[in-house]
Amino acid sequence: NFSPPARFDEARRVAIFGGTHGNEMSGVTLVNLWVKNGSEIQRKMVDTKPFITNPRAVEKCTRYVDTDLNRAFTPENLSALGEGDLPYEVQRAQEINRIFGPKGSPEAYDVIFDLHNTTSNMGCTLILESSKDYFNLQMMNYIKVTALRSNTEYYPRFSCKSVNIVLCDWFIAGLEVGPQPQGVLRSNIFEAMRVILKHALDFIELFNEGVEFPTCTVEVFRVLERIDYPRDANGNIIAMVHPNLQDGDWEPLNPGDPMFLTFDGKTLHYQGSGTIYPTFINEAAYYEKQQAFVTTRRETLVASAIRKA
Amino acid sequence: MSVLISLYLEQSNSGTNRTTYVMECVSLPPLSNFAICGGTHGNELTGVYILREMQKHNVEKVGSVSITTVLSNPRAVDACRRYTDRDLNRCFTDDLLSSPITESTPYELRRAQELNAHLGPKGSEEAVDLLCDMHNTTSNMGLCIIFNSADWLILHICKYLQSKITSMPVRALQMDLPLSEAFSVDSLGKHGFSFEIGPQPHGVLRADVFNTMKEAVDLTIEWLQQFNSGRTFEGGEVEAYTRWKTVHYPRDPTTDEITAAIHPQLQDNDFKLLQPGDPIFLSLSGETVKHEGDALYPVFVNECAYYEQKIAYHLTQKSTLTLPSINVKKD
Repeated sequence: NFSPPARFDEARRVAIFGGTHGNEMSGVTLVNLWVKNGSEIQRKMVDTKPFITNPRAVEKCTRYVDTDLNRAFTPENLSALGEGDLPYEVQRAQEINRIFGPKGSPEAYDVIFDLHNTTSNMGCTLILESSKDYFNLQMMNYIKVTALRSNTEYYPRFSCKSVNIVLCDWFIAGLEVGPQPQGVLRSNIFEAMRVILKHALDFIELFNEGVEFPTCTVEVFRVLERIDYPRDANGNIIAMVHPNLQDGDWEPLNPGDPMFLTFDGKTLHYQGSGTIYPTFINEAAYYEKQQAFVTTRRETLVASAIRKA
Repeated sequence: MSVLISLYLEQSNSGTNRTTYVMECVSLPPLSNFAICGGTHGNELTGVYILREMQKHNVEKVGSVSITTVLSNPRAVDACRRYTDRDLNRCFTDDLLSSPITESTPYELRRAQELNAHLGPKGSEEAVDLLCDMHNTTSNMGLCIIFNSADWLILHICKYLQSKITSMPVRALQMDLPLSEAFSVDSLGKHGFSFEIGPQPHGVLRADVFNTMKEAVDLTIEWLQQFNSGRTFEGGEVEAYTRWKTVHYPRDPTTDEITAAIHPQLQDNDFKLLQPGDPIFLSLSGETVKHEGDALYPVFVNECAYYEQKIAYHLTQKSTLTLPSINVKKD
């Protein structure tokens, strides 16, 4: 590949969001820590702002107060009128968009990391919108490669099952670490998220200093569809994630493999036409969103070389 | 309840100088009604779904045992929250059960009094013979049978379940409060205990946990039937974890915020003996806090619901309780 590197402006302003879901404790704890003492997240020539996005939900240690903040950033919501009459999270979305956006405009922050936890056994998952550019893809790849190396070399406490990049269009891009119950702070999960962010900020600092990141191939999982629990006519769940699938995030699910187990012990099998890679398996917050797990397929993307403009 | 006891011996866990007494068989009245509760905490899903299945299959009588299924806290279950106003499973002390109900009485206090009328009254002859309440914990505790006083029936049920269940460890935990101070739903029954299974995040239903809870409930009903039909259950010993001591999280003296997480070496190690010098907390700034004092057994390590009271875990001692043989009293 002899084409010149793609040029991107320096990333001068970086935001780290915690508490988008008020009961996902790693992000809440890290951001609160860094708001008090931000020395750990300082980098040369970068303005890094830690920010609690949903303070009321954090206070109540609940996912949300009126509506899920992580689904609230729609164009309709961002332009809705009504101020104090709007659901709390819609007001917050507008406020966050004012401070850190507007999305896509020159005033917007250059990079935003939204910190999440999941009850699923997903390890460290770096979430990227599929439309994102090579800068973001290179950054996620750097984080993944460095985190996996530090797993064995530098950080004995870093004990993430895996580090994976997922392309998904219904999220604010960010970082999802699990498994961790809602409302609980697990030390190993907390430290893993901390290390991931360290690598992310290191990347930004290196990039801003003029380092060229050569072209590379990046293994990703692309989200396909959401699979709901089997339900009866009244909408009640009639089966559970099968023990063989439970905790099997990122492992192949083949046609015919056990998928659900009914309450009286019958196995329901995956009926798809090909192998998929399930994730978000048995996430607590997704029962109300009708999602038992999400299917993905593996892809290899090529990221062009990048360099500061 | 009157119980004939010939000899009773409680031993410490040193286990070195033990004298064995032969205990006479104890005869106890039959147990004809069994209440099974779930959703006492609305986000502990296993019990909620076990009840749903039992109610779907109209489980009302199994042999000699009539079964009552009770969804303890329907409002909390609907909202998938631990409680609405206050923790229902702390509302069953004698004082709270007799406090006057006014318009401002919290939902759970009212509900406790309703449950007391339905399944109790606590401490009376009309109370249900046996009450079992189903719970989940985020702690790695396997299956625990938690009871207030060490009564023979419950200890025999523990022994039976321990001999039959292989999917996870089965342990007995004893609270030992005076009945008037016993605060949980299961104190309503003449005999009462809770099943506590973890780890499971609140708001999540795991198939392996569901299957173990179902097995535990089915085995309890099986035991009751066998007991009522005259089988003698041989005496023996049951290990129980007792004398709970609460350990709180380290906190910031001005803000009262928690400043450390359970140390990775303690995390998920419920029931593993904690020795002086073992790490217990890892502060957010990276310092390790170590256990001081007696070697004890930690339980409820990093239970989500305890953050509210800043409780990190409890420490217990292991006791060996001796049981006589028991059978049903024939009139």
